[in-house]
Amino acid sequence: MTAIEWGQLALYVALLLAAAKPLGTYMTAVYEGRRTWLHPVVRPLEVATYRLGGIDEDREQDWRRYLLATLAFNVAGFLLLYAILRLQGFLPMNPQGLEGAKPTLAFNTAASFVTNTNWQSYGGETTLSYLSQMAGLTFQNFVSAAVGMAVLVAVIRGVARQSASTLGNFWVDLTRSTLYVLLPLSVVLALFLVSQGVIQNVSAYTEVTTLEGETQTLAMGPAASQVAIKQLGTNGGGFFNVNSAHPLENPTAWTNLVEMVAILLIPVASVYMYGRMVGSTRHGWVLIGAMTAVLVLGTVVTTWSEQAGNPTLGALGVTAAPSADQLGGNMEGKEVRVGIGNSTTWAAATTAASNGSVNSMHDSYTGLGGITPFALMMTSEVIFGGVGSGMYGAVLYILLTVFIAGLMVGRTPEYLGKKVESREMKAVMASLLVFPVLILVWTAVAVVNPFGTDTLNNAGPHGFSEVLYAFTSGSANNGSAFAGLGANGTFYNLGIGVNMLFGRFVFLVSVMVIAGAMARKQRVAASPGTFPVDGFTFGGLFTGIIVIVGLLTFFPALALGPIVEHLMRADGVLF
Amino acid sequence: MTMTAMITRELRPLLVVTVVLMVLTTVVYPLVVTGVAQLVFPRQANGSLIEVGGQTVGSSLVGQTFTSAAYFHARPSAAGTGYDGASSSGSNYGPLSQKLHDRVAADAAAFREAHGLEAGAALPSDAVTASGSGLDPHISPATARLQVASVATARGTSEVNMRALLDEFTEGRALGLIGEPRVNVLRLNIALDARYPLRP
Repeated sequence: MTAIEWGQLALYVALLLAAAKPLGTYMTAVYEGRRTWLHPVVRPLEVATYRLGGIDEDREQDWRRYLLATLAFNVAGFLLLYAILRLQGFLPMNPQGLEGAKPTLAFNTAASFVTNTNWQSYGGETTLSYLSQMAGLTFQNFVSAAVGMAVLVAVIRGVARQSASTLGNFWVDLTRSTLYVLLPLSVVLALFLVSQGVIQNVSAYTEVTTLEGETQTLAMGPAASQVAIKQLGTNGGGFFNVNSAHPLENPTAWTNLVEMVAILLIPVASVYMYGRMVGSTRHGWVLIGAMTAVLVLGTVVTTWSEQAGNPTLGALGVTAAPSADQLGGNMEGKEVRVGIGNSTTWAAATTAASNGSVNSMHDSYTGLGGITPFALMMTSEVIFGGVGSGMYGAVLYILLTVFIAGLMVGRTPEYLGKKVESREMKAVMASLLVFPVLILVWTAVAVVNPFGTDTLNNAGPHGFSEVLYAFTSGSANNGSAFAGLGANGTFYNLGIGVNMLFGRFVFLVSVMVIAGAMARKQRVAASPGTFPVDGFTFGGLFTGIIVIVGLLTFFPALALGPIVEHLMRADGVLF
Repeated sequence: MTMTAMITRELRPLLVVTVVLMVLTTVVYPLVVTGVAQLVFPRQANGSLIEVGGQTVGSSLVGQTFTSAAYFHARPSAAGTGYDGASSSGSNYGPLSQKLHDRVAADAAAFREAHGLEAGAALPSDAVTASGSGLDPHISPATARLQVASVATARGTSEVNMRALLDEFTEGRALGLIGEPRVNVLRLNIALDARYPLRP
């Protein structure tokens, strides 16, 4: 890792940490219904929505009704998106005359966007009309993120309140997330991106005659508005096939930096907001510290491995060492303007968050280079994680941490003064057990059947990695890919689609059960035996539990893919 | 309250919130962004197209294929048959892929031959690897420098002139930290045509 790369990583982390408090404070005010500086513009819209919808914003729902509203909204969104994708051939805004998506692709894509995954079985510029991209995908980009935030706020209220039966109003939290947080940030980001060269038009594809007289077709479309929300909403589904590696989606060093900050902006602020709203800002900072440590560690491992390059190509005279006028390292699948350090930092950020957008092709990463994206997804996306969903997923690990700490000292576990009992722990374990089953069983089925292996792009351990990555990415609602795998077939479309739905909703239902149970409890006074959650010990234990429980389950699978690939890197064996 | 009654009560908010948010996020939002973009940044919003002599020759942000000895060459591309702007793609070959090895070996040999380098000469990593998008508009300054002699010969000018032009088109890191050193191949080649035109 070069000095420049350390500097670039330090700048990135500094920008994220600097944004946590101001944005987290603002979001706290939004969800507590206090006045913010956007009120003059947004409040009238908000009030009008409630009046039309017959929503009383002061009337709260208990956990069952909150959950019911959440699920109803998602089912409706799924059906709507499925219909748009199937029917796009008959719908307007389709200058390329693209046909409707086949059923399994429409199922996969609808599941993908409703669950905030944005796994792309489709190739953006070759499969989807502008209407599908805008009305279909962009809508879910916003509201799937807003649903995550709403559920997080409900969980926060459950943790913070005492002897309470209600957790807020889903419709209010959903509306506020969209109007006060996601939309304003997206407008600002989209306009910045356009100023740098990200396209935003509704023209048909442009044909140009190159300097050498060949014809080149340039894909066009409203990219900037979609890119902004796919970064901010931890969605990740790109406008173009290659996502933010595409120069019209991420044209300059500045867009790269800003898009990269946008990946983790709301997730980091959400952790701060969590600490603040449950009454312990220090607890929030400890969580941020622990998550940042894992993120940085992962980035360093990947950067080191990618910068070390590919020994196989070194034998052909390809320079691996960086110098002032070239980057060295493994540049297959990476852009020159982005370089190695900003590709790997993005790779870590996008898999820590459940974003899944990419600015380099993870499939072409070295063995150890690819292990960080794997590892961050296999911890079920709680290193900051998705918008809303990352922090509510982290609550599961927090409860597991205090539970194990309680077992160690032989006391009833407590979290922020509330007893953690069997109902909560059952919900925690349900999620944490379903997750590896989803990934490992599907992967096992895929690698022993021709319908799973026929569409691999690589043989040997890397082929196994492609399959493992696909099911991990789906279950973790990430959406990034070892993109060489041909995943647009019946098996993968259905399998990954099912994983995305289970990965999202098993966690979501679990945390709502927990929130309902926690809200009813009384807080007991702290005693000398209470395990404090705002210190180093907790931070260290929390990190350890994530790594041991989350990651160790997958160690045998990782050994068959990226680890063996790393060990074989200089043996001269090719596949 | 029965389940059915509970669901019925949520139908009106469901419908209204869906419609309102859909209109705001998929109609108002992209229209506002498109409107402002077309008004304030029309060139960027439409693909940063470059015209030479009244003809559009490409986008300053999107790479294109160069094979002539009189031009600087871009990186290998996995987009369609090479720099297909409607079909972006990386190779997605893993590090131990036989296909990757064979392709790099062939590209390295071709690069050395095209630019008069000796067999086995060390090459910068970007010169023989395919980018993530297949549309990378840039090469590293080192990759450009290796091409100076062959392009100067083809253009009938000196290497000194060529190196000066290259320096002019070499971009560095903003604030010494952001981005990587790079050369935009299309813009460099357009400047070549303007200053050192090929005799017909």
